[in-house]
Amino acid sequence: MVCPLNGPRPVSEFAYGGEVRASPDPDTCSDAEWSRYVFDRSGSPGVKYEWWCHIASGFWFIALRDTGCDIVVDTFPAEAARRGLPPAGARAESAAAGDAAAAGGSRSGPAVERAP
Amino acid sequence: MFTHHESLKPTYDVVIIGAGGHGLASAYYLARDHGIRNIAVLEKGYIGGGNTGRNTTIIRSNYLTPEGVKFYDESVRLWRDLGEDFDLNLFYSTRGHYTLAHTDSAMRTMRWRAEVNKHFGVDSEAVDAAFVRRGIPDIDMSCGGHAPILGALFHAPGAIARHDAVAWGYGRGADRRGVEIHQQTEVTGVRVQGGRVVGVDTTRGSIATPRVLCAVAGFTPRILDMVKLRTPIYVHPLQAMVSEPLKPWLDPIIVSGSLHVYVSQTARGELVMGASLDPYELHQTRSTLDFVEGLSSHMLDLFPFLSEVKVNRQWAGLSDMTPDFAPIMGVTPVEGFFLDAGWGTWGFKATPVCGKTMSHTVATGRNHPLIEGFTMDRFARYQLTGEKGAASVGH
Repeated sequence: MVCPLNGPRPVSEFAYGGEVRASPDPDTCSDAEWSRYVFDRSGSPGVKYEWWCHIASGFWFIALRDTGCDIVVDTFPAEAARRGLPPAGARAESAAAGDAAAAGGSRSGPAVERAP
Repeated sequence: MFTHHESLKPTYDVVIIGAGGHGLASAYYLARDHGIRNIAVLEKGYIGGGNTGRNTTIIRSNYLTPEGVKFYDESVRLWRDLGEDFDLNLFYSTRGHYTLAHTDSAMRTMRWRAEVNKHFGVDSEAVDAAFVRRGIPDIDMSCGGHAPILGALFHAPGAIARHDAVAWGYGRGADRRGVEIHQQTEVTGVRVQGGRVVGVDTTRGSIATPRVLCAVAGFTPRILDMVKLRTPIYVHPLQAMVSEPLKPWLDPIIVSGSLHVYVSQTARGELVMGASLDPYELHQTRSTLDFVEGLSSHMLDLFPFLSEVKVNRQWAGLSDMTPDFAPIMGVTPVEGFFLDAGWGTWGFKATPVCGKTMSHTVATGRNHPLIEGFTMDRFARYQLTGEKGAASVGH
């Protein structure tokens, strides 16, 4: 896994923090909307944005990972979430096609990499 | 043992997705107890090839919530005469089940579980360290000095059974009553019209049916996508391994939540061992060295004399986990679509009672009283069935 702060590190140094999800406004949403946000998950395999933490440095960041085959497509600092993330599917396709410009992100090198 | 069917019929009264223990048990009881025999069980792989054949075969009912205890206790009752029911040897073997406590807070949970269990008539007792030493003479009570055993929850009816045989027994019983089991048949779509199930598309053609039961464990979210339902289910792999065969020395089943270990010795002498879930979402049944190293070191804390014993095999299954460690069962917002899912790491022991309750639910269209704590809508009501404290190990 390539940490945006520390570079490539063994995957055992990282902790998984779940999928990146947008929360509804707690002041205006209904109880049903809130329960869907709290509990429901997209459980099917796919390319998903996820929270990961580099444990040794306590650095939280976002990884784009294919949960069907455990391939990390790209990683981003957490600020990327505030700027808005492109749709996960589109990113994965362009990265798989070797479109380095589209897959750029926070690091150079091969756009698709197998998690160690 | 099973009839091979050349082709699918155009219509069935019920279609069950998944020929594992749960799906086949539901088919069996639908045919035997409810007189519904025009059933297709669709399986993309082979009978019992999923989590039915990948679990560590432990059967127990010492759960934490009243809903869980009543449900699993009914299952243990059904297990006991299942072999006779099938006329098939399931190698059902009552061993006694120790959940070791290494801390004061773990002891407190054991007392809590014991009281809930006893209240519902389940044979379950919090026991002290001397009792554990007598029951498991080969154990290192100090666990290498860093996690001394203070006591345990002892559950005398704890048992193991041959898991493949369970699927075969239910499958053969269903097959003899006219249920069609179609292996190598993958479901590619579930057709819904006006909020009702009308049919199923498969790799071997389309069929019409008013009722579909989904019993596919780690593949549940993919089927739910077909009917546009979302649930809290998330999928992590769960790994397990077995040692080379040894002479019989370990009679009871041993679980340690603190050390993340559960172990029993099978009829052929292998130690079957399991640990926690893999730490992140993945839809793959690959094996890792991390798992073998971690589990082996904790096994050696308990039983240091095993240091020369070889590990023969390891494997993984896909666990459909829920936030409260209880299953998601019963009717759904899609009429005619029934769910038997969220079986995570605790599904094998529930096979008979799932068959009983889901067949009732499918036949009548109403949830069986025993599964009312497990319905899909409990999350919207924020009424969870918190069963995590009764999970074997801290996942």
